[in-house]
Amino acid sequence: MTSRDRILGRIRAATGTGPATPADVVAAYAALPRPYLSAHHDPAGHDIVALFAERAADYRAVVERVAPSDVPAAITRVLAQRADEAGHVRAEFSAHAAENSAQEPSGDPGVGFVVPEGLAGEWLGAWPESVAQVRDVPELSAARLDELAGVVTGCAVAIAETGTIVLDHGAGQGRRALTLVPDFHLVIVRADQVEPDLAGAFARLDPGRPQTLISGPSATSDIELTRVEGVHGPRTLHVLLAG
Amino acid sequence: MPTYLGMPPFPEAAATALEDSQLRHNLAHATGVIRAKRAGAVAELSDWEQLRSAAKAIKDHTLAHLDHYLLQLEETVTRAGGHVHWAGDAAEANAIVASLVHATGADRVVKVKSIATDETGLNQALAADGITALETDLAELIIQLGHDRSSHILVPAIHRNRSEIREIFLREMPDAPRGLTDDPAELAAAAREHLRRAFLSAKVGVSGANFAIADTGSLVVVESEGNGRMCVTLPETLISVVGVEKILPSWRDLEVFLALLPRSSTAERMNPYTSIWSGVTPGDGPRDFHLVLLDNGRTATLADRIGRQALRCIRCSACLNVCPVYERAGGHAYGSPYPGPIGAILSPQLRGMSSPLDRSLPYASTLCGACYDVCPVAINIPEALVYLRSKAVDAKRGKKFSPERALFGVTAWGLRSPRRLKAAQRAASASRKLVGRSGTIRRLPPPLSGWTGTRDAPAPPPESFRAWWARTRGPGSRP
Repeated sequence: MTSRDRILGRIRAATGTGPATPADVVAAYAALPRPYLSAHHDPAGHDIVALFAERAADYRAVVERVAPSDVPAAITRVLAQRADEAGHVRAEFSAHAAENSAQEPSGDPGVGFVVPEGLAGEWLGAWPESVAQVRDVPELSAARLDELAGVVTGCAVAIAETGTIVLDHGAGQGRRALTLVPDFHLVIVRADQVEPDLAGAFARLDPGRPQTLISGPSATSDIELTRVEGVHGPRTLHVLLAG
Repeated sequence: MPTYLGMPPFPEAAATALEDSQLRHNLAHATGVIRAKRAGAVAELSDWEQLRSAAKAIKDHTLAHLDHYLLQLEETVTRAGGHVHWAGDAAEANAIVASLVHATGADRVVKVKSIATDETGLNQALAADGITALETDLAELIIQLGHDRSSHILVPAIHRNRSEIREIFLREMPDAPRGLTDDPAELAAAAREHLRRAFLSAKVGVSGANFAIADTGSLVVVESEGNGRMCVTLPETLISVVGVEKILPSWRDLEVFLALLPRSSTAERMNPYTSIWSGVTPGDGPRDFHLVLLDNGRTATLADRIGRQALRCIRCSACLNVCPVYERAGGHAYGSPYPGPIGAILSPQLRGMSSPLDRSLPYASTLCGACYDVCPVAINIPEALVYLRSKAVDAKRGKKFSPERALFGVTAWGLRSPRRLKAAQRAASASRKLVGRSGTIRRLPPPLSGWTGTRDAPAPPPESFRAWWARTRGPGSRP
């Protein structure tokens, strides 16, 4: 007898029901009471997009609301500023690394941002010349991603109630490592992607795809149960809310 | 689940912990902070009670048809390119993981916080097999570096304050910055640097899961730091060890459980990161995915009509944070990876009641009921505690009649029904004729005389709260 059979046997003995037919179980599940609200803010009476902006900012994401036509210019401004900061950090880090370590990853010294395949071309129309646009083709190694200054992506859905951005890692979002390893994530959320609450968001997502729900930058509550931003994921989350 | 070697029963361990004033200070501070925040996060949702009752109903339904949903999960995970293994107990789960790691040729794994693998003692088992397990959650790292044990479900190092954490890092972390202060942001940054290279070169990741979705084969890991994303994304092989009770029927159920869990645990509207995946995705993440389904006492717990509600637990830790006993005794006194009120009903059921420690755990409570009030899946912990006390007496006496057992059995029965509770309260008020001049009952008649042998019994009030309410607000009104 396998462990599988033993466990299933113990469950059937414990619940004492005998194997129900799949149809019975489906019917019982469908009959479960769901008395809760499908959304806590009604889009009829609330500016859901503004709620998303407010709630995302609550968790220390940098949120800017821009007109759709201004997205390329906003990307350029944000990246140039970040590249400037990253350049300083990099110079300090290289000096520190040269002193302390013999085995630094090679890599180019310039500042690059990775852009996933499928990101809307019109958003990239004003890409700053001082900044390298790095493609994930062929697939970049994790070490190479770690050298880059950041990543620019779109998203699948956003959730106003919780200030959450959902990536399904489809077109324009990149495989999961792209938005994880670099320390800076610029994400563009279109107003029509903002759902009032969890129920609407999950209904829109494709469960067959990997999903990452992001609510603010990386954080921890592990020291005295007090939230501190900045551990392993991107320490800066910058949101451009278009529309 | 291993009982920690030489662990004394709860009252002895708690007495020792109570002498540690630093521990009590750290716990009072941390739990005080989170209690206030949780109340705010919960009050924000007007339908909290409805979410809670839906969650309870979904979990009860799932447990009643656990065989059906496990088979469905096995099918959906396999169809998505994953491999499913079944482990009857801790040793079997550990052996499965060790052999999967060996098959990759790796001798090191990166781990995201998993109480299921604490329960099976996986790290020790892997070490005995020549495999190093690196804990990557900040609190688990503090525990691992400090050669310590977890004392909280959510924040295993809650018994350590910032200056103690700084000392552990300076002592045990070779690459800790020399000028490290006790600023939590600096401590978090030190952990980031320390683990970076390990993440980027990891071949094998080991995780648990908060939820497993039967109809889609999805695994869900809820976290804050990004170490979970690292562990489930960067390695070539991912092994997830998941208790059989973590299953939910459908994708849609996440709209309930992701509303309840973050607010109950860290008092956030949503935790920073949640990873959801199903099997393997070509060109994204691990090439090999293994799901190890763990029983280890869960089916035995399922067999108990009252005790089984503990399997609804989603490990939020709200019950720990409100418990007056936990706040004073700390998590170590419970001698289990599951401390606090939920641990007091889960550990003795998963492990059985053969040890004095496990028989003592159902008594580690004042039955104040705060744990039941905050539980997002409405586990009636006081009811289960009282019931398990009668089982503890059974286990000790070998089923012979004892007044203590009978009393706890009757109490549990009474607490389950408002009508019976009312009758019992009326009877208690009538017993006031036993009250002595001191206002307490000095000696109860046999068979209850054992109780007053070592203590006075408080006198029941002349009128219960329910009776007073009915008298002053009119019959039929409800408190």
